[in-house]
Amino acid sequence: MSSYEARFKVWRGDAQGGGLEDFTVEVNDGEVVLDIIHRLQATQAPDLAVRWNCKAGKCGSCSAEINGRPRLMCMTRMSVFTREETITVTPLRTFPVMRDLVTDVGFNYTKAREVPAFVPPAGLGPGEYRMMQEDVDRSQEFRKCIECFLCQDVCHVVRDHEENKKAYAGPRFLMRIAELDMHPLDAAAETGLDRKRTAQDDHGLGYCNITKCCTEVCPEGIKITDNALIPLKERTVDRKYDPLVWLGSKIRRRSSPA
Amino acid sequence: MSVVDRQEWDVVVVGAGGAGLRAAIEARERGARTAVICKSLFGKAHTVMAEGGIAAAMGNVNEHDNWQVHFRDTLRGGKFLNQWRMAELHAKEAPDRVWELETWGALFDRTKDGKISQRNFGGHEYPRLAHVGDRTGLELIRTLQQKIVSLQQEDHRETGDYESRLKVFQECTVTRILKDGERVSGVFAYERETGRFFVLQAPSVVIATGGIGKSFKVTSNSWEYTGDGHALALLAGAPLLNMEFVQFHPTGMIWPPSVKGILVTESVRGDGGVLRNSEGKRFMFDYVPDVFKEKYAETEDEADRWYDDPDHNRRPPELLPRDEVARAINSEVKEGRGSPHGGVFLDVSTRMPAEVVRRRLPSMYHQFKELADVDITAEPMEVGPTCHYVMGGIAVDSDTAAARGVPGLFAAGEVAGGMHGSNRLGGNSLSDLLVFGRRAGWHAAEYAQGLTQDRPPVGDAQVDAAAAEALRPFSAEAEDVAGPPENPYTLHQELQQTMNDLVGIIRREGEMEQALKKLAELRVRARRAGVEGHRQFNPGWHLALDLRNMLLVSECVARAALERTESRGGHTREDHPSMDRAWRRLNLLCRLSDPTGSLAATDPVRGQISLAPETTDPIRPDLLALFEKEELVKYLTEEELYE
Repeated sequence: MSSYEARFKVWRGDAQGGGLEDFTVEVNDGEVVLDIIHRLQATQAPDLAVRWNCKAGKCGSCSAEINGRPRLMCMTRMSVFTREETITVTPLRTFPVMRDLVTDVGFNYTKAREVPAFVPPAGLGPGEYRMMQEDVDRSQEFRKCIECFLCQDVCHVVRDHEENKKAYAGPRFLMRIAELDMHPLDAAAETGLDRKRTAQDDHGLGYCNITKCCTEVCPEGIKITDNALIPLKERTVDRKYDPLVWLGSKIRRRSSPA
Repeated sequence: MSVVDRQEWDVVVVGAGGAGLRAAIEARERGARTAVICKSLFGKAHTVMAEGGIAAAMGNVNEHDNWQVHFRDTLRGGKFLNQWRMAELHAKEAPDRVWELETWGALFDRTKDGKISQRNFGGHEYPRLAHVGDRTGLELIRTLQQKIVSLQQEDHRETGDYESRLKVFQECTVTRILKDGERVSGVFAYERETGRFFVLQAPSVVIATGGIGKSFKVTSNSWEYTGDGHALALLAGAPLLNMEFVQFHPTGMIWPPSVKGILVTESVRGDGGVLRNSEGKRFMFDYVPDVFKEKYAETEDEADRWYDDPDHNRRPPELLPRDEVARAINSEVKEGRGSPHGGVFLDVSTRMPAEVVRRRLPSMYHQFKELADVDITAEPMEVGPTCHYVMGGIAVDSDTAAARGVPGLFAAGEVAGGMHGSNRLGGNSLSDLLVFGRRAGWHAAEYAQGLTQDRPPVGDAQVDAAAAEALRPFSAEAEDVAGPPENPYTLHQELQQTMNDLVGIIRREGEMEQALKKLAELRVRARRAGVEGHRQFNPGWHLALDLRNMLLVSECVARAALERTESRGGHTREDHPSMDRAWRRLNLLCRLSDPTGSLAATDPVRGQISLAPETTDPIRPDLLALFEKEELVKYLTEEELYE
């Protein structure tokens, strides 16, 4: 074990503009990028703005772009870089900068509100829910999401196209729809809500062209594209174009009370 | 200066972890317009780090479990110091609170017959913890967050505004509770992004800010845990109780240094992991204290049989309550039988197949792989105690969660005291959040609704004083009377080192006296904590303001710990090593020495905190009857037993 001096470039500025600032800073054995940012705060730049919380990869607060790649600062070990390398830390590009490494991630909270909530099944009281482990496995994978919004940041549908933000919920919230759709007891259909159809019509599922960038950056290793988005697309296609499924859904909806 | 923006709400909840969100849901469902204020983004609260599970006697895995058994375990864990009515309500209501989460969309791990699965944990007689792998806290926070969103969706359908009845003010910090006479009238806060001040006027305020771990150097707690709610309550005139009881979780990571303190879940032991010293010995068999002697296995064979046949074998001593295990690890290291980096070994690799480890403990596998280059399926982890939880907190009424002496103030979760006595059992925290979060929201709403005609006003003078206090760090340099401005980060590090070294897991009179002197010095220096830059998202400024809270709370811990001359639960005195039955009935209450709540006169010798002992209510006879007499004599004095 040994310490060394590393070269960092950290973006500093606000909504009006800013640029990369150079720092030389001590690095010790076992440290992660967030440790170095904290050392900068404590010794060189006390007002350097950064969001963080658990420092254990569980809360999803310290998302940033490290050498251009969206990552959690608390889970990026300094040992993955060579000692000669200059490490560049910039804020998430898809969201408006507030200050330094902190961005306005309000887009994600707006989208979260647009996804209709879990609908509890009528006639089942608390304590009466019965579900098999194999039936909850799929939705549980999606509920591992720590809402770091790295997938939202990397997704090129919105990363380079501000104009798509209105119509597109992004991987995290399309996955939320898939999660609810695969929930064994979600009763949305009984209330006339077709989650698959709304994924397509209201949340922009069609914009996704399965480049899997979201899956690649997910710190939880969730297979967003393969397990959530593609199945959702396949089911949507079934719904939209299969006349028998279409007919079945019409008949069932008419015979149900609401 | 009083051009500060003001809004009116019925209930303001400070903190958006499990307790705060559960309180907000309850208050809103009971018709109160409710605002939640939190320091982080919505959904990032420290609750996400809870790993093991939610303790609730549902009896899904072992049908013998019921609320009485859970109550007994909780009192044993807390060494009978618990506010027994809280422990009773908690044990009775926890199952309903867990089942309710399912109706809001939570997906717990299942039993073979499709019910919520329950796992073993330290101090719990039966498998009792509802869980989702080792990320239960995340599931809890996400479920509550999504329930709040669903209520906002309802409000949007009715009013066209998502935030008409329930609003989350995220990344905002409350610095003062405002009062009109005795009564709560609102809160003073700043927005972290802009530094802008604002006031939320409300007759009811629920404090749900969690704990104090950031006053210690080695801790599993996140940056938010600066004791804000404890300090806000003190400053508002409400007493704190049992502040000497701080839980050191036995298993935190110890290597590499940058991750020191990060939690290693107790589920590792609940699911079969064992503790060994450098000689390869399962040392916990040597550390079963007298009060627990009959309940724990005496041989490795018996302990190992227990996992499959718990009805005919006693549990392994690795599953003793946390205070016992933490002290044992501390002793092993001190005796020279520690691991290379000064801890002990926690091993699952020789206890279960790699694929079972990865399935049951996915975050632990990930955490060690990513942060320490350790594959826990192939080699043991190195672990040691880490500051994890404060049992002490705001003194509250058991049924209503109302803080004592300040009408309109409520508290729930870690910031509230009493429930866990001198030591909390794993899993009892998440259930505590739900049970008492709901009760706090309920009674806060009811209290606010009873005051519709007579709402306490917010006076300008208080708002001006709060604003001046919050701006002080920017002018520290200009008004230097006693020395140069201080770096808040340096002050924080010195505070953490002091508490860690002098008021840590093992305590001695001389060291605590030294700590109080150091705290007094830091308090004076903290008055000169200065910051650079401006008010927009300035972490240096935020820390300078948080220091006030950490210093107040640290003084409470040190003073109470010095006063209590016995060892019990999360308070271990080397100079008073045994438990004293006479101390069981005594709570130590901390109050601000200057009742006006002003901190201007910081007398370095006298300090800011006064202590007062208080005798607790006798335990209700029907609850005492749940225990055998032979057990009670270990905890209760002769006269208590006689009564």
